This record gives sequence, C-alpha cells and structure tokens, in this order.
Amino acid sequence: MDKSTITTNKDTADSWDMIIEPKTSWFDLRLHELWQYKDLLLIMVRRDFIAAYKQTILGPLWHFLQPLFTTIVFVIVFGRIARIPTDNIPPPLFYLCGLTVWNYFSSCLNGTSNTFIANSGIFGKVYFPRLIIPLSVILSNAVKLGIQLLLLLGIMVYYATTGFQINIGLNIFWIPILIVNVAVLGLALGILISALTTKYRDMAVLIGFGMQLLMYATPIIYPMSFIPEKYKTIIGLNPLTWIIEAFRNGLLGQGMVNLPMLGYSALLTMALLIISIMVFSKVEKTFMDTV
Amino acid sequence: MSKVIRVENLSKQYRLGEVGTGSLSHDINRLWHKARGKEDPYSKVGEENKRETKGNSDYVWALKDINFDIEQGDRVGIIGRNGAGKSTLLKILSRTTSPTCGSVKIKGKVASLLEVGTGFHPDLSGRDNIFLNGAILGMSKREVKRRFDEIVDFSGVERYIDTPVKRYSSGMYVRLAFAVAAHLESDILIVDEVLAVGDAEFQKKSLGKMNQVSEEKGKTILLVSHNMQAILNLCSSSILLNNGGVAGIGDTLDIITKYLADKSSGNIFKKEVDNSKIIQLTRSEIKICDFKKLIIEIEIESEAERECSIDMRITDRLQLPFAFGSIGSLNYDEKCHLRKGENRYSLTINLANFALGVYYISLDLTNPNIEYYDRVENCLQFEVIKDPSHENKRYVMQNWNYGSYHLKINE
Repeated sequence: MDKSTITTNKDTADSWDMIIEPKTSWFDLRLHELWQYKDLLLIMVRRDFIAAYKQTILGPLWHFLQPLFTTIVFVIVFGRIARIPTDNIPPPLFYLCGLTVWNYFSSCLNGTSNTFIANSGIFGKVYFPRLIIPLSVILSNAVKLGIQLLLLLGIMVYYATTGFQINIGLNIFWIPILIVNVAVLGLALGILISALTTKYRDMAVLIGFGMQLLMYATPIIYPMSFIPEKYKTIIGLNPLTWIIEAFRNGLLGQGMVNLPMLGYSALLTMALLIISIMVFSKVEKTFMDTV
Repeated sequence: MSKVIRVENLSKQYRLGEVGTGSLSHDINRLWHKARGKEDPYSKVGEENKRETKGNSDYVWALKDINFDIEQGDRVGIIGRNGAGKSTLLKILSRTTSPTCGSVKIKGKVASLLEVGTGFHPDLSGRDNIFLNGAILGMSKREVKRRFDEIVDFSGVERYIDTPVKRYSSGMYVRLAFAVAAHLESDILIVDEVLAVGDAEFQKKSLGKMNQVSEEKGKTILLVSHNMQAILNLCSSSILLNNGGVAGIGDTLDIITKYLADKSSGNIFKKEVDNSKIIQLTRSEIKICDFKKLIIEIEIESEAERECSIDMRITDRLQLPFAFGSIGSLNYDEKCHLRKGENRYSLTINLANFALGVYYISLDLTNPNIEYYDRVENCLQFEVIKDPSHENKRYVMQNWNYGSYHLKINE
C-alpha cells in the first residue's frame, strides 16, 4: 500500500461484493444469507439438544415430566375443585392437548424474546445472519414438541384401551399447518420483543406475567363451548384460541373448527412475521451500541 | 493488484453514559427532526475521542472521517493507543455494528477473528465445537469436514478431540479455536489481538500460519495488535489511529516509529509533591526514543540544598535486572548538587546493546549508604523492537562490575 493507492478516491470499474453503509432500507432483509448459513442452523439445533442433556440422568425424559405434572395439577385444581367442564373429554387428555400446543408457543416466544441480549457476546464478535439464532430456537423446541406429542399419543392410547371413544377425523391433516402457525406466531412475537428490548428493557418485564395472562385467555383449561357469549369475541381475537380448538378437534374429535377464524389467525401471523423481521433486521445492525 | 477494501469518510458516534430516560428524550427529539425531514440534531455535536479529558458533550466520535484503501494480498497492521478506535474500526469491517456515516466497500469473503473460540460451547466435544465454530465463522459443514484433519493437526489437541472443551486447559482451548480460524476459506482475514494468548511456540506458529496463507493464497490480512514485534514481522504496511482519526499510513517501520515517538503514548511518570519527603522524583519522561538512544528527562523536587545520587535500574519483561547505572552512588564525587525547589536532569541511554524486548526503568534517589530519599519502581517503560545495528548479532555487555552502564549527564 503506497501513497498513491491511499489518496485516490475516484471510482474505478471495481465491482464490490459488499457495501457497509449506515442507512439501510426497511426491505434490505438479506434473507438469502440464511440459506448460506443453513449448516449453522442445524449445528445450533444439535448443540441445544446435546447441551441440554449433558450430565442429566433422565435426559429427554424431562420433557415428559413437565407437561405430566402440570396436567395433574390442572386436573386437581380446574377439574376437581373448580369443576370446569372439558367437552366430555377425559380431563387429563383435554388439558394435555392444550398444554402441548401452548408449551410450544410459549417456549418459542420466551426462547426468542431475548435473542439480542442473551447473544450479545457472540453477536459482538462475529457476523452471521442474526435470524439463525431464533430459528434454531424454534427448531430445537420443535424437537421437544415431538417428544411431548409422543406423550400425548401414549395417553390417548391408554384412554382408547379403557373405553373412551376417540374420534380422529379428517381434521387431523390440519395439525402440521396448525403447528407451523404456532411456531411462526411465537417466532414473530419473540423476535419483535427481542428487537424492542435492546435499548429499553421495560418490555422484558412485561413478558413474564403477560404470558401468564395470555394463557388464561386461551382455551387450555376450558373449552370454547363453555365461554359465555359476551366474552367469546374477546377470546376469539386471540389467534391461538382457534388453533388450539382445531388441534383438539383434529386429535380428539371435540372442539370447534372455525375456518374463517383460522384464516384470521394465519393472516395475523403472517403480518406479524413480516413486520417483526423488518424491525429485527433494522435493529440487528446497530444493537451492539445500545444493548 | 486490485483493491479489496475501500473505506470512505467512515465515522462512528457513540453516546456516553447510561441508556435511560435521558437517552429516551434524545431519541424522541431525533425522531421529531427526522419526521420533519431535518438532519439528526446530534450528528453535529460530539467531540474528538479523548479518554483523559472531560468533555462537554454526551456524544463522542470513536471514528471520524477515516479513509484508506487496501490492496489484495496486503498485510496491514492497525496500531494505536487504547481507545484510538481500532476495535471500532474492526467491528464495522466485520459487520457487527454499523457506521454512523461513511461507507466501507469490500470485495470477497470476510472472516473476522475478534476473539478466539466465539460460540464455543463448553459442554460440546472438541470435534463438535470445530463444526460449530466453523459454521459461525461462515464455513459450510463440507468445508470443515474437508479440512478437519488439518485443523486437528494444527491445534495439536488430537488426543482430547472427543472430550468436552470445558475440560481443556485454556491453552488447548485457544489452540483449537485458532486452528479453526486459521483454516477459514476467506479472502480477507481480520484479526484482533488474538496472538496475546497461547504459549510462545504457538504464537510463533500462528504468526507463521498467517504469513503463509497470505503469501500462498493472496489472502488479505488486517491485524490489530499492541505487540509491535508481531506487527513488524507480519505486516508490510500499517495504519496508525489516534483519537478516532488516521494519524499515519505507510510502511510499518515508519508508522511504528511514529507511534512510539508519540509523547502521549504513556511514556511519562508524574507525581504530586509529597510534603513528607525531603527529596523526591516528581516527573520522569521519555523524551526521545529512536532505535539508537533513549533520552529521559527527570525532575527532582528538593526541600533544601542537598547532595543526592540518582540510580537507574533497568529490568526486563520478567523484572530481572538488566542494567544498572548511577550518578553518584559509585563515585561519591559525582553526586548531584540539588538546589532548593525543582531540579531537572536529562539522562541518555545507548540502546546499541539491548536485545529485543520490553524494558522497565526504576529510579532511586539516595544519599549513598546513608538514606533513601525516594524510590519509584517501573516508572517508565520502553520496547526495543528492532535491532539497532541492522545486523543479526545481539549482545549484552558482560562486564558485571556495577556501573558498567555509563549515564551521561547533561544538565
């Protein structure tokens, strides 16, 4: 590098691969980079899985225990004490069904909502598409969801052998789509919160009890059919409501399948996803200065 | 030769102090200006980034109007004091943060190594971590697989490769991490201070590796380091940053000389007058330091007219005595005659016989065999980075009589 190369600033015919500039458009999402880093995504999922069970005796079995105990508590509190009806489904099956979906949603949201703060160390040292981290959370949680679905199936088989009629209908084919919807909704809300809390952390305080409140506004411990007419609209606005109802219908044959409202959930989810990815990409460029 | 990095008017502003309600009002003000299509009201304020002085503004420019080009295959050192903007520059180049204004244009794939072992998970085995770290640094699984044996071989931890890295010694950890980074398939490698870790053998090995990839594959390397010897060995040209601006660009040796000659680079010792002492050292400063000699100025505060000897001890990096020189304690006739008040002396050290390395200077003021007036350990530091004789022979004088070092006194 001699002096002549330093001072010239006139444009040559060079074509640059990358230009780093302060102002970026809201639509500069660089989603194609995600594809280049797909190996990282898979390795991250593997890492989460291995790291979670290193030096535990029960390993993945822990995923059985958490919903199992929650279900037992629900059966006692809401079933025996409060006597909330469960659409003629055996209470354990009813609660577990809603909990499985809810657990996936809440673990996706909680896991992605601190993306920036929890990973600021690594984000400050090396560049890779930041979305990889929340995506890996979604996928690792999908593995756990799979394990919990096995538990749910096991309990279903148990009740089927004891005489309970399980009506698996054609609606079962909706289930993969419903799960994707839940995952995307959790991801969208999670990364939106993570982007909004890098500078002002007030929102992070909200998540803890916000999630708890949201759970009661979702038909997990009660069926939609039990809700008085005047509250139905409010609870109906919760996009998770119709997903869980349809999920129950698909597996157990009880619950409402409201296609227009499912469409509403899906549209809302897509809109949230687009907005949150835009905010997320905007924030990822400078968050290191304010985190 | 083509240009692979072009930095134009690059600036980065930081806000000082905590993020809180104060910054919220600034944010709102900023949004308000933006909504009316006006300029950011805080982009004009902001001061030069000087650590020591207290400024008036909440905003500082960590980098201000940086311009330079780097050619393919160049090995460029970036030097400067703490807080000069080196790390900020590297952060922008490696895209972990955005500039406030200006732009950087880059041709080719960039791999940045701002820390070794970024993303290493303590519970995973060395093998898994190689893949994880490689992927974080931008390698595909296939690339890592292809170079896996080479990486393990370079790291020298083959025996432990299936053990979780939390059981590694810190040296092994660093070796493994650096090995992954050294085998990155990138066009531009950005390295920050990572050579400060690992044992001497490994440091040499990693410098050699960087040299090799640069020469064989035409890889462009940017190295930030406080280790002048490493910079001198690896880099053909260098950039000196000072208070967020470029203070010099050019041949590494010239730039390093300029950097070391910079008076504000910490080569000074200062102390308030302590009334409990009769005679004391209040200031010492390296005035001139080139490759041949070192001139030190000292100030001695005395309560009354007195005689005193000045002893200088030079120790090496390990605090082992290297040389001793004295005015007065070996030959009482040479003692300094201090006046009441401030006394100034200038001492010259001939560097011809110093081996490469870091040296510390301690000063003692005594009345020989009677009393100690003042004693300051390691008040100055200097580094010999280049053999002054320009030949490869280095020797230390072997005369072990005290006073073999002659200090000239020019009052």
